[in-house]
Amino acid sequence: MKRTPQDPALPEAGDSGAGVGGSPPDSGTREASGRVAADLDARDPGGSAAAADVRQTGREAADGAGDVVSNGRAPGPLRGRFALATAGSLPLGRMARREYLPVLVTLALFVVLFATGSILYPAFGSGQIIIDLFIDNGFLLVAAIGMTFVILTGGIDLSVGAVIALSAMLSALLVEHVGLFVIPIVLAVGALLGFAMGYVIHHFEIQPFIATLAGMFLARGLCFVISIDQISIKHPLFAEWPHIPIPLPGDMFVKPTVFVAIAVLALAFWALHYTRFGRGVYAIGGNEQSALLMGLPVARTKIGAYVVSGTCSALAGMLFATYTLSGTGVHAVGMELDAIAAVVIGGTLLTGGSGYVLGTLLGVMLLGSIQTLIRFEGTLSSWWIKIVTGVLLFVFIVLQRTIAPKKSQKG
Amino acid sequence: MKALTKHRLFWPAAILVVMLLANVIVTPTFFRIELKNGHLYGSLIDIMLYGAPLILIALGMTMVIATGGIDLSVGATVAISGALACSIIAEQPDQEAVGGVLTAVAFALGLSLVLGLWNGLLVARIGIQPIVATLILMVAGRGVAQLITDGQIITINSEPYELIGGGYLFGFPFAVLVVAVVVAGTAVLIRRTALGLLLEAVGGNAEASRLVGIRARRLLVLAYVFCAFCAGIAGLMISSNIRAADGNNAGLWIELDAILAVVIGGTSLMGGRFSLAGTVLGALIIQTLSTTIYTTGVPPQVTLVFKALVVTAVCLIQSPAFRAKVFRRRRPTGPASPAPAEAEVAA
Repeated sequence: MKRTPQDPALPEAGDSGAGVGGSPPDSGTREASGRVAADLDARDPGGSAAAADVRQTGREAADGAGDVVSNGRAPGPLRGRFALATAGSLPLGRMARREYLPVLVTLALFVVLFATGSILYPAFGSGQIIIDLFIDNGFLLVAAIGMTFVILTGGIDLSVGAVIALSAMLSALLVEHVGLFVIPIVLAVGALLGFAMGYVIHHFEIQPFIATLAGMFLARGLCFVISIDQISIKHPLFAEWPHIPIPLPGDMFVKPTVFVAIAVLALAFWALHYTRFGRGVYAIGGNEQSALLMGLPVARTKIGAYVVSGTCSALAGMLFATYTLSGTGVHAVGMELDAIAAVVIGGTLLTGGSGYVLGTLLGVMLLGSIQTLIRFEGTLSSWWIKIVTGVLLFVFIVLQRTIAPKKSQKG
Repeated sequence: MKALTKHRLFWPAAILVVMLLANVIVTPTFFRIELKNGHLYGSLIDIMLYGAPLILIALGMTMVIATGGIDLSVGATVAISGALACSIIAEQPDQEAVGGVLTAVAFALGLSLVLGLWNGLLVARIGIQPIVATLILMVAGRGVAQLITDGQIITINSEPYELIGGGYLFGFPFAVLVVAVVVAGTAVLIRRTALGLLLEAVGGNAEASRLVGIRARRLLVLAYVFCAFCAGIAGLMISSNIRAADGNNAGLWIELDAILAVVIGGTSLMGGRFSLAGTVLGALIIQTLSTTIYTTGVPPQVTLVFKALVVTAVCLIQSPAFRAKVFRRRRPTGPASPAPAEAEVAA
């Protein structure tokens, strides 16, 4: 039987493990052990929470099996976990610096892309283009920041695009009646949706994927319950005030929406790096069991991440509404994919526990500048944006894989 | 009775039956199946016909989820397969020619296999997390589909091609027959050989199954290829049914419906155990829900709200944590009982 070491970073595990896994077992054992695995699962029909824990330990033990085998000892749950812990902690100093690599690559790519654009098109290489990136992608940035929190905890939020559509719809519906109060109302709706999804995910142990998928259906459906047709927005809160150009030195200008996006970014940066909540988010993404054992408020933090995401999406929806000046149920279809792509390109691991909100900013800027460049090019059709985004995703994911091989095997 | 409710297919089946019965109350003729011009007609046949692509994709998705993975790219594969088939047929001098249609079908399915191979290699060889690996194709795939159709909606007029998604054979809709054959073939292959067992072993623990001598990587690739193949057939059905290829909207969000169908059917997203019958039930539940809403005259877009409610209900009912917390708390054993239950969960 051909045996290739699963983990290239641990060649010794492959070498000494060959004695155990390398000998070709006869088909009888093969089938028998397959049956054992199936039996194990059959005995635990999703089971009680305690059973789920046992299974979790089993998985971890198997993850650490490579290390255990290299010691030539029998794998046991405790030892497996221990081996995993030590293996993880040894190269920590080196890992911390290597973690910056995807962010740096994104930065380099952004600079290269921008330089190329400036050489090709003189109009491209101006500061105004960078500000325009913020103006045109402010809503995506805000949504992606919320997504960063959720992905850092190891979850995912598919409801982002739908919540954006819902809050644009709500804004359009309410702004004529309640004026400025529309902002807290819409933010509260977003936060409430986020809370509901987080609560279901944490307390009822529904996978984030499924729970936020239900949230997505609900939010989109509610858009159509409000109105099947498009509602246009004429209130100055959306139609005029956000579009007042604020002049900057050097013949440039910004719009108020840019400040909103930057404020959210600053707030997120502070929350993730300088508060207990932020440390908790990273800790849960790193290892939820450990976070729990350390006495961190896992439930509060995890639900909190979804509340942050819901609130950010609601805010993004209002920014989006200033951009489109209308609310309809088909707004922002697939925006969650753009947000996830921006987060991943920004160097955040989808398995959680590692990443930076500033990387997300770079991810959004990179995606935005690709769009701008393709628009400048003129001859390229819009679908190339999708293809290029896919290729970028591929490059960054493979890059992450080579940087942190141990981590990305999880899940 | 208790054994019955504990069966893993009990809840999906019960929900389907309740939904069908609710339909009969609203429209008494719901169960009626008529024979017109040698074709079977009726609401039940409609559910099967329009649910056919979803059942196929959910079937492929079950195999992938059984290995502990997930395939987000099936919607994109649906679009690409339909786009390629239609653009080949559109270029034929005679769109009615059977040979041309067969060529188109072969190319479309061949490309689907390649897409599945791409996903499988990313997951099994490079070792990327499945949700991330297939996200790449999900994002890029629609761009590729539009590239094939040149951003247009290609309409075709080819009777042999229309058979796939809208035609009848021996009185049955052809699509339903295709689904029946694929489901039966898969069931035989999975449950009468060791293949299903091996898939579950890989899903339970890929590393352990590799150590006991299962060729885990090859099985993983196989699962993704099979899933993409199913999506390819579904793409043919969808484009054939509307006689057009729409790179943007064909199969939009069908990956989410398929994953839902699998989850409703009782397959764990953690991998390691799966139920083909459950998946078929799940897909039928989703399709029945859509059909019900169409027949009751609610605006079709509002379907999403009901879908969200049904999904939440089904997932919560199946969630052991939910049952433990909600149903045990109602038991009048005094206020002390919920506390240990929660402590257990928290631990």
